Amino acid sequence: MAMSDLGATGAEVNQTLEQVARTAYGRLVAWLAFQWRDIAAAEDALAEALLKALQHWPDSGIPNNPDAWLLTVAKRELLQQHRRKSLLADSEFIQLFNEVSEDDLVERSSFALPDHRLALMLTCTHPAIDEAVRMPLMLQTVLGFSVEQIAPALLMSPASLAQRLVRVKKKLKATHYVFELAETCDLPQGIHTLLEAIYGAFGVSSDDMYGAEIRSLGLQREAIYLCELLCELLPQAAEPKGLLALMLFCSARQPAQMAGGDSFIPLLQQDVALWDSAMIKRADQLLLTAFALRQPGYFQLEAAVQSAHCHRLFSGFTPWQAIAALYRQMNAYFPTWGSRVAGAVALAEAGELEAAWVQLQSLDESVARNFQPWWVAQAHLLTIKGDKAAAKRAYQQAIGLSMHKKIIDHLVRQCDSL
Amino acid sequence: MQYMMMFSETTQEVNKRNDPEAAPAYWAGWMAYIGALSDAGIVVSGNGLQHPSTGVTLSIRDGKRQILDGPYADTKEHLGGYFIIEVESLDQALEWAARSPAATNGSVQVRPVLPPPGQ
Repeated sequence: MAMSDLGATGAEVNQTLEQVARTAYGRLVAWLAFQWRDIAAAEDALAEALLKALQHWPDSGIPNNPDAWLLTVAKRELLQQHRRKSLLADSEFIQLFNEVSEDDLVERSSFALPDHRLALMLTCTHPAIDEAVRMPLMLQTVLGFSVEQIAPALLMSPASLAQRLVRVKKKLKATHYVFELAETCDLPQGIHTLLEAIYGAFGVSSDDMYGAEIRSLGLQREAIYLCELLCELLPQAAEPKGLLALMLFCSARQPAQMAGGDSFIPLLQQDVALWDSAMIKRADQLLLTAFALRQPGYFQLEAAVQSAHCHRLFSGFTPWQAIAALYRQMNAYFPTWGSRVAGAVALAEAGELEAAWVQLQSLDESVARNFQPWWVAQAHLLTIKGDKAAAKRAYQQAIGLSMHKKIIDHLVRQCDSL
Repeated sequence: MQYMMMFSETTQEVNKRNDPEAAPAYWAGWMAYIGALSDAGIVVSGNGLQHPSTGVTLSIRDGKRQILDGPYADTKEHLGGYFIIEVESLDQALEWAARSPAATNGSVQVRPVLPPPGQ
């Protein structure tokens, strides 16, 4: 056996397990799920394998190829389950499973698993799946997060999220087609919903830039990891690079946003000396590479806006005209509530107050009523117009719709300063 | 679907109501929240409650009455008020709960309202 000579210590085993869980979990679940066409069963089998590893590795030592070891055990687990359920032995499945010989697998340290993670991610975020569970499903299956970790970040009840995940996995199992669809689906559309889910996990929308709202979910590192993976798997696609650049621009500014301790520092008041210039340069480079691929898209435009904001680090000013023009493009091709509000603010900053006002008022009232960034923008524009009383009322509404103490305090200060 | 949001406040938080220095900020937070809630058109009913010390707790065990003034002594959080809202899902109810001052300074319990029998 190609095992380490000495038994491993508990700490070592835990460390290796954690590493395996982080780096290989998604790969192993993806491979098993695709052979078995059942995500829940694949996850259960892998959980069992991780448990067995915790029992065995302290005595036997950590195998040279932990991935292969875990996969072998998980496979055996799945086959046993299969037999236990006395389902008709499907020779095709069994054959697929046995293609990689078990003993062979454990011995070979250079064993490389076919990477099905892209297909798994596309399956998790498939347009046929309820939008609200796409991101949690991906976080659970690709990164191995527990429901207890994900639910609070998404402001969902753990019990109801768990229920919805079980339901969607059953649905996926019942309709094999989704797996196949993921392989052959309209790739650009599939990738767009996948990128949206990753962006959702990152949780900083363009809304935060004018001090409107922080939606930090604490999953930013994971979102960047998933997007880097996607860039690796799809080197010729521009939009994943756009999203990665966008997230890096936002991350690069975080130290400056946090510098205020308990008080929120909006983008325009941030000390650029605290921005991570190396990260900004990397993001700019990524964005240029994306542009060169000539596949324009939403995330590249969003990233271009953030790049323009980061411009202040090098030039000392914010190019509002350019930002307003970028939002015009975005609102023409990929309008969202957030981009229309942010675009209006950019217009106002660029000196086109009247156009900004018209754009802000054109948002559907039923949407605007509960949309906190709209009220912040409204208050801002009314302040510029000099209508203090109406601005104060708008700030009140924004405060009532805010969830974060830092933001509430910031808005209260803005309101009191009128 | 109707949900009840029950706002619990710490003793320290609830005492702000009568502290001349802290009261304006305390009430401003609640007024902004209640304003946004009302404008959303989802409020079925709701009330704030007076200071927990004004409450009386009653129980009958084996025919014997027990009446205590104020809240249980060991309670760290007190029910400060409630709203019943009509929204589409628990997710939406949680979103409104998260916006309340009590979410940051205490806690909010969200529970679906039991529909009348026969519905």
